[in-house]
Amino acid sequence: MSARQVVGLFSRDEDVVAATAAARRAGLSVVDVFTPYPVHGLDKAMGLPPSRLAWVCLIAGLSGAVLKLWFELWTAMVDWPLNVGGKPHNSLPAFVPITFEVMVLFAGLATVGAFLAVSGLRPGRKPHAPHPRVTDDSFALVVRDEGGAMTGDRIRALFVEHHALDVQERIDPGEPRR
Amino acid sequence: MGSLDTALAVDGVVPRVERRDLPSPRVQAPLIQGDKTFAEVTREVCAPMDRRPGLAWWGAFLVAAAALAVGVAAETYQLFTGIGTWGLNNTVGWAFDITNFVFWIGIGHAGTLISAILFLLRQRWRTSVNRAAEAMTLFAVMCAGVFPLIHMGRPWLGYWIFPYPNFRGSLWINFRSPLAWDAFAISTYFIISATFWFIGLMPDLATVRDRLPEGARKKLFTILSFGWDGSFRTWHRYELVYLLLAGLATPLVISVHTIVSWDFATSVIPGWHATIFPPYFVAGAIFSGMAMVLTLMILARMLMHLEDYITPRHVDVMCKLVILTSGIVGLAYLTEFFTAAYSGNPYEQFVFLNRAMGPFGWAYWTMVCCNVVVPQVLWFRKVRRSLGAVFVVSLLVNVGMWFERFVIIVTSLHRDFLPSSWGGYSPTIIEVATLVGSFGLFFTLFLVFCRVLPVIAMAEVKGVIAHERHHAAAHRHAAYEEQR
Repeated sequence: MSARQVVGLFSRDEDVVAATAAARRAGLSVVDVFTPYPVHGLDKAMGLPPSRLAWVCLIAGLSGAVLKLWFELWTAMVDWPLNVGGKPHNSLPAFVPITFEVMVLFAGLATVGAFLAVSGLRPGRKPHAPHPRVTDDSFALVVRDEGGAMTGDRIRALFVEHHALDVQERIDPGEPRR
Repeated sequence: MGSLDTALAVDGVVPRVERRDLPSPRVQAPLIQGDKTFAEVTREVCAPMDRRPGLAWWGAFLVAAAALAVGVAAETYQLFTGIGTWGLNNTVGWAFDITNFVFWIGIGHAGTLISAILFLLRQRWRTSVNRAAEAMTLFAVMCAGVFPLIHMGRPWLGYWIFPYPNFRGSLWINFRSPLAWDAFAISTYFIISATFWFIGLMPDLATVRDRLPEGARKKLFTILSFGWDGSFRTWHRYELVYLLLAGLATPLVISVHTIVSWDFATSVIPGWHATIFPPYFVAGAIFSGMAMVLTLMILARMLMHLEDYITPRHVDVMCKLVILTSGIVGLAYLTEFFTAAYSGNPYEQFVFLNRAMGPFGWAYWTMVCCNVVVPQVLWFRKVRRSLGAVFVVSLLVNVGMWFERFVIIVTSLHRDFLPSSWGGYSPTIIEVATLVGSFGLFFTLFLVFCRVLPVIAMAEVKGVIAHERHHAAAHRHAAYEEQR
């Protein structure tokens, strides 16, 4: 069964924030909001949970550091112990700079990789924006009209009350909601 | 006004504006001039990408490409002949190439300062300059990378600096060597800076994609923009990723120049073996980088007609950072002299006296004039507001910072412990041509960047405009409440 979506187009960020909060209060499910820049307060209005990407960053960074330190100790102590200026084989302080660099490298690349993966971004992916101007100067709120909480007309009225420039109904394209 | 009231009335959605958040009575000039709409920002920033380049751009591009050609010719010659083409000798074994290497790495640092450190410090003025500054970082690191590579003498074996399984027995690189630290630091710095730059570009690439007509360019931008569509679920994660990358890049940038300074400080050469080197090098790097950002921004503003985005206020703030870092660098010069005098070590004391009064005294005093004396004119508001004067100061600071590296390297080496091994140094034409070539590479890449990508971070500038508008509205709202 294909549900319907209602798309409201707004010209100001404060309108889209208020409309999103109002839509959620009215029991509608917010599919997504499309904005040309990150609008502050919209995450709370949409009820988005905090992202877990910081954990990816922490775990990848620690793994990178541990792996690199192990590798430095293994090459210097086990595989090829060499007397460099009488320094001990496990010259730990000298291993700190590279361990730090590899930690940053792992953390940065893993965080970006995880971000692209969870957001479904990849080269050549087709954008799903409901209106081409959302990357320029407009804001679009997309809600799902499941026929239960509110009918299309009442959603339209709610959007217009929050200064929507345009309201359109469309069949839910069934895109994955990431 | 009405809709803002509505928005403010939604509890927990928009935080209530508190009095301390309100603009002070001495309201500063807006960061973006001309009361722009979002659509105007897109149109004006993308305009240079749509039209054919003008004569000024072509003139600059031809000069840069000619300089690059000189460099390529010189490098090809030294590749086939060997680094005996340089003016190095038994005493001065490091000179021009390492000077250029440290100089270029330093130039890159202001890009990360603007993009990462100022982001963490919530400095909104950075948005007009961060994209170009990050591009500058990448190009400067590329220029820097050329020098250690050709310094190796056999650059085709450059990968030997990294550990990899090989067939020469269990042979690994020496992880205790600062030169191996350098290789890791610089390659990590380049990769993380490029990632940070690309992630920052993604929303703007989508904006460009959505306004292009069907065709090859649209296809290219569709691939590059990774399907970005402004979904707030993505923005929500994006903001955290950007914050994390900024948090990672900040200690990274400090570590990179610290490690570069360790190339010198871990040796026992008087003049190099100094604990002040890491902070001194980091401050110097930001100093020279900030001067280069100013040089480029003043040029880009003029060539690309970005007067409303790169405003006198931006130049003013960057000038203040130049004064600050100039002060730190000046203090470091004094500290070096004091430490040498206080050390009781005759070799250390001789090196510093020799720097100021020896055969390379001219280089030392050029450095002091350009880095410590000249920037003091920026204390005057009138000078900071005059773009021509700031441009001249920024060029002189770049000259001074190049000489700083030259002085550290050559004057410390040319007269060492034994007077019998004292020598001199003068660069050959090949070395000078390589330096010219690196400037050619840097400016060619920068000029191409100005034509093919948005020079200003559009999405971030739109955020700044919205923020300023909200602040002004909140200010009016508070004034109205007070009157009632």
